[in-house]
Amino acid sequence: MGLGLLASRTLRSARLRTTNFHHLRRSIVSTTELQNAEAAQAQAEPSPADLPPRTPLAGARVHFPNPDDAIEVFVDGYPVKVPKGMTVLQACEIAGIDIPRFCYHSRLSIAGNCRMCLVEVEKSPKPVASCAMPALPGMKIKTDTPLAKKAREGVMEFLLMNHPLDCPICDQGGECDLQDQSMAFGSDRGRFTEVKRSVVDKNLGPLVKTVMTRCIQCTRCVRFATEVAGVQDLGMLGRGSGEEIGTYVEKLMTSELSGNVIDICPVGALTSKPFAFKARNWELKGTESIDVSDAVGSNIRIDSRGPEVMRILPRLNEDINEEWISDKTRFFYDGLKRQRLNDPMIRGPDGRFKAVSWRDALAVVAEVINQVKPSEIVGVAGKLSDAESMMALKDFLNRMGSNNVWCEGNGPQPNADLRSGYIMNTSIGGLEKADVFLLVGTQPRVEAAMVNARIRKTVRATQAKVGYVGPAADFNYDHQHLGTGPQALAEIAEGRHPFCSILMNAKNPCIIVGAGVFERPDKDAIFSIVETIAEKAKAVRPDWNGLNVLLLNAAQAASLDLGLVPESDKSIESAKFVYLMGADDVNLDKIPDDAFVVYQGHHGDQSVYRANVILPASAFSEKEGIYVNTEGCAQTTIPAVPTVGDARDDWKIIRALSEISGVRLPYDTLSGIRSRIKTVAPNILQIEEREPAAFSYSVKPEIRQEISNTTFEAAVENFYMTDAITRASKIMAQCSALLRKK
Amino acid sequence: MLGRLAAQRLLEIRQAFRLGPQGSRSFSTALNYHIDSPDNKPDLPWEFTEANQTKVKEILSHYPSNYKQSAVIPLLDLAQQQHGGWLPVSAMNEVARIIEVAPIRVYEVATFYSMFNRTKVGKYHLLVCGTTPCMLRGSRDIEDALLKHLGVKRNEVTKDGLFSVGEMECMGCCVNAPMITVADYSNGSEGYTYNYYEDITPKRVVEIVEALRRGEKPPRGTQNPERINSGPEGGNTTLLGEPKAPPCRDLDAC
Repeated sequence: MGLGLLASRTLRSARLRTTNFHHLRRSIVSTTELQNAEAAQAQAEPSPADLPPRTPLAGARVHFPNPDDAIEVFVDGYPVKVPKGMTVLQACEIAGIDIPRFCYHSRLSIAGNCRMCLVEVEKSPKPVASCAMPALPGMKIKTDTPLAKKAREGVMEFLLMNHPLDCPICDQGGECDLQDQSMAFGSDRGRFTEVKRSVVDKNLGPLVKTVMTRCIQCTRCVRFATEVAGVQDLGMLGRGSGEEIGTYVEKLMTSELSGNVIDICPVGALTSKPFAFKARNWELKGTESIDVSDAVGSNIRIDSRGPEVMRILPRLNEDINEEWISDKTRFFYDGLKRQRLNDPMIRGPDGRFKAVSWRDALAVVAEVINQVKPSEIVGVAGKLSDAESMMALKDFLNRMGSNNVWCEGNGPQPNADLRSGYIMNTSIGGLEKADVFLLVGTQPRVEAAMVNARIRKTVRATQAKVGYVGPAADFNYDHQHLGTGPQALAEIAEGRHPFCSILMNAKNPCIIVGAGVFERPDKDAIFSIVETIAEKAKAVRPDWNGLNVLLLNAAQAASLDLGLVPESDKSIESAKFVYLMGADDVNLDKIPDDAFVVYQGHHGDQSVYRANVILPASAFSEKEGIYVNTEGCAQTTIPAVPTVGDARDDWKIIRALSEISGVRLPYDTLSGIRSRIKTVAPNILQIEEREPAAFSYSVKPEIRQEISNTTFEAAVENFYMTDAITRASKIMAQCSALLRKK
Repeated sequence: MLGRLAAQRLLEIRQAFRLGPQGSRSFSTALNYHIDSPDNKPDLPWEFTEANQTKVKEILSHYPSNYKQSAVIPLLDLAQQQHGGWLPVSAMNEVARIIEVAPIRVYEVATFYSMFNRTKVGKYHLLVCGTTPCMLRGSRDIEDALLKHLGVKRNEVTKDGLFSVGEMECMGCCVNAPMITVADYSNGSEGYTYNYYEDITPKRVVEIVEALRRGEKPPRGTQNPERINSGPEGGNTTLLGEPKAPPCRDLDAC
């Protein structure tokens, strides 16, 4: 036995003894100075002189409604000015200090029940729950003292008492607030030797998976459901250690925003059911893109792994979707994997499709298009088309001599002349300033869930009145049903309706007309009545524009900006060549039997049954394209995953086809086509900036149309299935089977 | 090593002290979620009786009309008295309808308070106080005697539907510990009583149960014949004479 070995043995046994000794008087606090908090505190007094300047956390904005209301507080000795009424936690955020929290959420009411945000305040005998404590002038807040740390460690120990140690099998693992904060405040061992409690899992529907044993009772989901989603289904049941979140009577969460509880849950109690056990969040590549399932253009992050979209999460955009997204946006991604068109195909004489090469497919299309008369060529852009492809389609068909190009959903005679006549002039964020809403033929809850969330937020905050004209519909805020048809509008315009006085006395009246009205033959008359009402209610002023149209599809605003207007509304009945660019909701019966139909798109949906040639295109998750949302804000998608099979970007297909057809389009790159768009509609290139409409309806020519007696119809039949991707989605199919209000 | 041994020993001691099959203590009579049963499901009709409708109006009149939800506890209590001591889910829905809140807000209240029973109880619901003073004075023996005599488990109703035994927290009668409470639902909300029986013994508690079974109303209060209310056994030991004159000037004379 060498001397070295002997020495190490002695040393090891000595070390063993000391660890054993520590074991006996083990403590939850791992840092030794914390075991004597007061003494350490005396040493750790920071000197305010040499503090580095701090930046507010996560872009926290300070807005002083009244400069006199500013108060000064000191956070760790650093002076910050905050408006009166802010909480200590918000003051700390402005000072650039992140306070750990579970129950506090900036968009929900304050509960103050997790106690994780405890801080020390000078002259206060006990640690203070910073989320619920208003900041007072001259308050000296200390966030990193031993006392605050010890308090949080104590809270953490209690939270972990009943929390299962199943992080390895928990879907929240890696993005779990509890996991992250236990790294900072958790102990390496527990003192709890009792049995952990267990809670029965709840069935909240096909979207939200529950593992209620992991719940730490922060009540964020209860507050979200009650305040934002407007469905009072969730509640806190029982008391003490038996407390649990639930619905009591088994009930599915029938909200179009229910998926957001997955994001706000700080632990793994509420997780995504479709995403369960599919991937770990650190394997995923996040791509910041936008949503195309409705006209809102919610900002999303597409999380992908290799060629597969794994999940979709919201991205913060205060002006559009805040930090929520609708269930359709969040869960329709599985439609991107089903029913995809991956090869160019030609329908043979036997009626079956045969995969061919791009060269052959384009040659066939070019041959047919050159044989028909220019007036018999019709092009229809689909709901999900980006601005570039619609520009290319219009340019191509114009060069072929046809001017019959339109986008579905815009009706037979769209108004593309006045931009204010088809966008949301108030802007989505501006809805919060309105005090009276008049909804005409629109059900924002199913047509644009995020706009509805804004209206609900406004109604809750300011008790704004809502009047609704249209078929009986489901609202999650108080509203008055004024009528079902345009007659009710005529009554309001003539001042015969009781709602009139509310509208006339409003400071910022907001009228929202649904895009479903576009399909009506008397739409001009309806718009002129609405404009009369707007004029009487003074809804359009230099400082306020309250006359809005709520669009239905992602492509609509851009198509009207680009002037995709058909020459005649009967063109499809006499067409010989129909080019459907992702258009799946055109009435296929109207297309003559002898017409040659080209379907360019990414999903084998309804129009494929009529198509003669299929040209596979890429979906929104696979291409870069500009979309203009309903408020006129242009945003762009970013490719997150590679295209499927042999599919190509829409505009590239049309560019290639134009060359084979002998009318070569003069752009070869995305920037080339964008400079072409700039000459047509420069606002589309103002990415992430909302370009308001320049002229209001007042320059419109007079309308000589009579309103009809037909009642308004619901524009969206099924919230969960509106386009080719959502119709291919299995999750959306489950949702429409289980969650729709019958 | 020593520490681990000590911890293990501690665990053994704790396990030895742990209650039998009852395991964890249940605070109320039911689970925190609803399971449909023939006599308790949401689609069963339920409404307040004619007499209670006026009581409902009276209760609501105590609160401002925009704070109707404040009436949730008195209304639940009334509904419980009317429905024989327990609240079916349809009764909670009816209360929610009256106070114009979502049903879940009523469920939250009803599950929070252990005095609201969400499963069936007997016509006489016997609640044994289990808090420290009563426990030290033998409340566990009282409960054992009750359960043995009635042949039921805790929170179970006897076959004839007359009795059920539950546990409750301190009712403030510690000076007369141990005590039980008898919630009498046999006569609806009109004849509802909630009486304390104090200074009981395992023998006396069985006598009370038998008296109740016969339809008698045993005298409430202390069951120790030597005591008057919460006075000491065998009469007062202090303050026996006339009270002394006030030590200061006579206020009445001023």
